[in-house]
Amino acid sequence: MSKWIEDHLPKVVLAPSFIAVLVFVYGFLIWTAWVSLTRSRLLPKYDIEGVIQYKRLFAAPRWDVAMNNLFLFGALFIVISMVLGLLLAILLDQNIRTEGAIRTIYLYPMALSMIVTGTAWKWILNPGLGIEAMVRSWGFENFRFDWLVNPDMAIYTIVLAAIWQSSGFVMALFLAGLRSVDTEIIRAAQVDGIPTWRVYSAIIIPSMAPIFLSAFIVLAHLAIKSFDLVIALTGGGPGFATDLPATYMYAMAFSRGDIGQAASSAMIMMGVVFTIVVPYLYSELRAKND
Amino acid sequence: MAPILDIKNLTKNYGSVEILKDINVAIDQGDFLVLVGPSGCGKSTLLNCIAGLEPISGGSLHIGGQDMTDVSPKDRDIAMVFQSYALYPTMSVAKNITFGMKVRGVDAATQASKLATVAKQLQIEKLLDRRPGQLSGGQRQRVAMGRALVRDPKLFLFDEPLSNLDAKLRVEMRTEIKELHQRLGASMVYVTHDQIEAMTLATKIVVMKGGVIQQVGTPSEIYNRPANLFVADFMGNPAMNLIPAKARSDAAGTRIEIARRDSAPIVLTDSQNRNLPEDVVLGVRPEDIAEPGARAAANAQEADCLVDIVEPAGADTYVVMQLGGKHVTARLHAETDATPGKAQRLAFDLGKVSYFAPDTGQRLN
Amino acid sequence: MTDFSMTPAHSRQQTRWGKIALRWLLYLILGVFAVYYLMPLFVMVTTSLKSLEEIRTGNLVALPRDVTLDAWKTAWSGACTGIQCDGVRPYFWNSVLIAVPAVAISTLLGALNGYVVAHWRFRGANVIFALMLFGCFIPFQVVLLPMARLLGLMGIAGTIPGLIFVHVIYGLGFTTLFFRNYYVTIPAELTKAAKVDGAGFLRIFWSIFLPLSLPIIVVTVIWQFTQIWNDFLFGVSFSQAGTQPITVALNNIVNSTTGVKEYNVDMAAAIIAALPTLLVYVVAGKYFIRGLTAGSVKG
Repeated sequence: MSKWIEDHLPKVVLAPSFIAVLVFVYGFLIWTAWVSLTRSRLLPKYDIEGVIQYKRLFAAPRWDVAMNNLFLFGALFIVISMVLGLLLAILLDQNIRTEGAIRTIYLYPMALSMIVTGTAWKWILNPGLGIEAMVRSWGFENFRFDWLVNPDMAIYTIVLAAIWQSSGFVMALFLAGLRSVDTEIIRAAQVDGIPTWRVYSAIIIPSMAPIFLSAFIVLAHLAIKSFDLVIALTGGGPGFATDLPATYMYAMAFSRGDIGQAASSAMIMMGVVFTIVVPYLYSELRAKND
Repeated sequence: MAPILDIKNLTKNYGSVEILKDINVAIDQGDFLVLVGPSGCGKSTLLNCIAGLEPISGGSLHIGGQDMTDVSPKDRDIAMVFQSYALYPTMSVAKNITFGMKVRGVDAATQASKLATVAKQLQIEKLLDRRPGQLSGGQRQRVAMGRALVRDPKLFLFDEPLSNLDAKLRVEMRTEIKELHQRLGASMVYVTHDQIEAMTLATKIVVMKGGVIQQVGTPSEIYNRPANLFVADFMGNPAMNLIPAKARSDAAGTRIEIARRDSAPIVLTDSQNRNLPEDVVLGVRPEDIAEPGARAAANAQEADCLVDIVEPAGADTYVVMQLGGKHVTARLHAETDATPGKAQRLAFDLGKVSYFAPDTGQRLN
Repeated sequence: MTDFSMTPAHSRQQTRWGKIALRWLLYLILGVFAVYYLMPLFVMVTTSLKSLEEIRTGNLVALPRDVTLDAWKTAWSGACTGIQCDGVRPYFWNSVLIAVPAVAISTLLGALNGYVVAHWRFRGANVIFALMLFGCFIPFQVVLLPMARLLGLMGIAGTIPGLIFVHVIYGLGFTTLFFRNYYVTIPAELTKAAKVDGAGFLRIFWSIFLPLSLPIIVVTVIWQFTQIWNDFLFGVSFSQAGTQPITVALNNIVNSTTGVKEYNVDMAAAIIAALPTLLVYVVAGKYFIRGLTAGSVKG
C-alpha cells in the first residue's frame, strides 16, 4: 500500500493542477467555442445554430474597426519595439560605463500596470494641458497634437504608449542575446579586420534569430491581449476608433449582454494567438525532446 | 550459499525499444563484478535496474537470496556511487553521509559513530563541515564513497565513479577502490567504459554491447579467450590485432596464410589441428608478436615483416606493420632497432592466438 | 562582452578624435532615450505634487512651485471611484489580499509541479506539461464568460477568494514552467542518490530540491506578484464594488465623470498603484529581468 502511494505520489501531486488546466483552460475553451455557435444573447443557450454569430461579427462595423486596429497597432508596435529594442541593445553593448543604470531606466515601464501607463500617457497627451499646451506655451501658438481625441490618430497614441512600455524589455532580450554570442567568433572576425558594423550585421544579429522569434511571439501576444492600455488611455474612443478585439469582446460580454458575440470574438482572438503560438511552441518542445 | 546477486532473463524496454535483452548474471559474496562496454551498450541501465531506479520489463532479480524484482531502491540493501557523485549541494559533507541514516531514523549517536568511522577510513575528517561545492574532484569522490560505505550494504553499486577525475587521480582512486574491496570483502558491481579499469578491478567481467551480454568471465578469460571479435577488439590496449587469414588444417596442424603488401604471404603453422574453415580472422595480442626469443612462447613462428611505423612508448616500443590489409601492432623491447621501411624478424606466438569466424565474429578455437 | 575598441592603426590621430566624437554621440543618444523613458514618470511625480491651479496655468514638465501633498492625501483616502469616495486605500489592500495568497499558492504548486515534470517523469508527463504550457498563451477572453458563470455557481463571484482562485489557476502554467526549467538543470543522479538513501518523493523535494530553489522562488514570486498586482482584466471582470483591485479603482478614479477633473489626484493614485511593483523592480531588478526572459525565451 505504501509502495503504491510512493509510486503514484508524483501523479497525485500533479493531478489537481492538470485537472484545473484541463477544466479551466481547455474545458472553458470548448464551452466558449460551443456558445459561439449558438443564439446566446443575455443568457447562454446550448442549441447549436451554426456560424450565425460569426456572420454577425464580421458584418459589424465596430468589429471591422477592431480587427483593422489590431493589425495596424500590432504591426507598428511589434516592428518599432523590435527595431528600437535592437538599436538600444547594440548601443548599450559598447562598453557603456553606466550600463546598469541606463538598463534600469529603459526597463522600468515593464514593471508598471498598463492602467498606470495609460493614465500617465492620457495626461501627457491630453490636448488641453499636456504636450500640446506645453509646446504652445513655448510660443508655437499653432502647434497641434490632438491624437488622443482625433479618431484617425488615436490608435497611434496606443502604439506610442505600448512601445514606451515594452521596448525596454525587448532591449533586455536582445542584450542578453548579444552577450550570449560566442566571443571567439567575434575575436576571429576582429583579427580578420572586419569592421564593427559588419560584425553585427553579418555575424551577431543572424545568430540571434531565435531571440527575434521569441521577441516577436511575446510582442504579438501582448498586442492581441491588449486591453488595459486601451481602456485606460482612450476607453476605446473617440467613438469606437481605438477598439481592439479584446475591448470589443469585453463590451459584448459585460456591458452589451451579448454572450454570443463575446464568445465568437474571443474565439477569433484565440485563432489569431493559435496561429502564432502553436508553431512556436511545437518547435520549442520538439527541440527540447531531441 | 546463494549468489549475492542473481539476475535471470532480465529484459528492459523503453516503449518498443529493447535496451537490455535476456541478461543472466550471478555473482557470489565478495565478487567484484565489472560491467563494461561502449556508451549506449546498456551497462548503466542494467546497474540502474539492479538498484531499482529503473523498473525492469521482464525476468527476475535477487539480492542476497531475496527476490528484489519489484522492491524499491531503499529496501534493496544497496549503496550506490554515481558518476557525478550526486552529493547534495546544500548539505555539508557530514550531512551528506548521514542523510540516509537520518531518513531511516537511525539514532543520532549511531549516526555520529558511523560517520566518524567512515571519515577516518577515507581520511575526510577535516572536510566534514564543508559543502560539496568547496571540495576538489577527488574529495567529492571520497565523500560519495563515504556515503556508500556508511550504509554497510549487501551490495555496492558504482556507476562510472572515476570518469570525472583527471588521469592521475583516476589511477590512484582505482587502487584505493581495489584496496577497499579487498579489505571489506564486500560485493560490488561496477560500471565503466574503461577496459583497463575493468581488467584491474574485476574478479568477474561482463562485456556488453547493444543490450546483449557478449561474454562473462574472469579478466584473464576475457583477455586471453575473447568470445567474439567485439570483445577481442574492445578489451586490451593496444587492441588485439585482428588479421584476415586463410587456414588449412590437416593431421600435421594448421597452416595460416596471411597476405602481405608487395611480397609473398606469411605462412605460420599452428601445431594443432583446429578444424578451421578456410577464411578466418586471426587474433593476436601485440605482446604475442615480439623479437625472436624475447618472450617465452609455446609455439613461436618467425617471419620477416616490413616495418611501417615505430612508436616508442617508454617501457615498450610499438611497431606497426601491414598484414592481411590491416595495421598490425607488435610490442617490442624499448631498445629495439626496428626502423621504418626496413624488414624486422618477428616471432608470432601461435600458442596464444584466437581464431574467429569472419561472418559471425564468433570464436573458433 | 564585446569589445570593439581595436581598429586598424591607420592615421591614429584622426581615428582618436573620431572615436571620442562617436563616443559622445553614443552617450547622447542613450541619454535622449533615457529622457523618453523617464519623462512620463517625471511628469506623474511633478503633477502629483502640484495644485490644480498650478496645473491649469503652468507647464507640463515644469517643477512644482509649491509642493503640496494634498493630491496624495486625496488619492489615498478621498478620491471618488464612482459613488464611493474612499480613495484607493481600500483597493490597495484588496490587491494585497488577492496577490499575497495567490502568489504563495501558485508558487508552491508550481514548485511541486515543476519537480514532478522535471524529475518524476511518467508516461504522458510530456503531454501534460505541453498542455499546461499552452495554457499560458491562451487569450484570457476565451475563459471570461464560463469563469464568470462558474464563480457564480461556486458562490464566490465578486469576492476576493474568487479572484485568488482565478489568479492561481491561470498562473499555474507559468510557475510550473519556471520551476521545471530550473529543476531540469539539477542532475537526475541527485534524485537517484536520494532514492538509494531511502528518501521518498516528498522527502527529496523538501530536503534536497527546496533548499536549492531560492533563486527560482524569488524569480517566480516576483513574476507572479507583478502579473497579479498589475492585472486589470480579471479584476474588472470578476470583482464588484468593494472587492476591486487597485488597477480597477485607479481606472475608475481617472474615468469618473463627476466633479472637476483632478489630474494631480489621478497621478498620485497612479503612482500609488505602481509603487509596489516599482519597488520590487528597484530592489530585485535582476530577478525581475530573469523572470521576464525566462517567461518568454524558454518555451
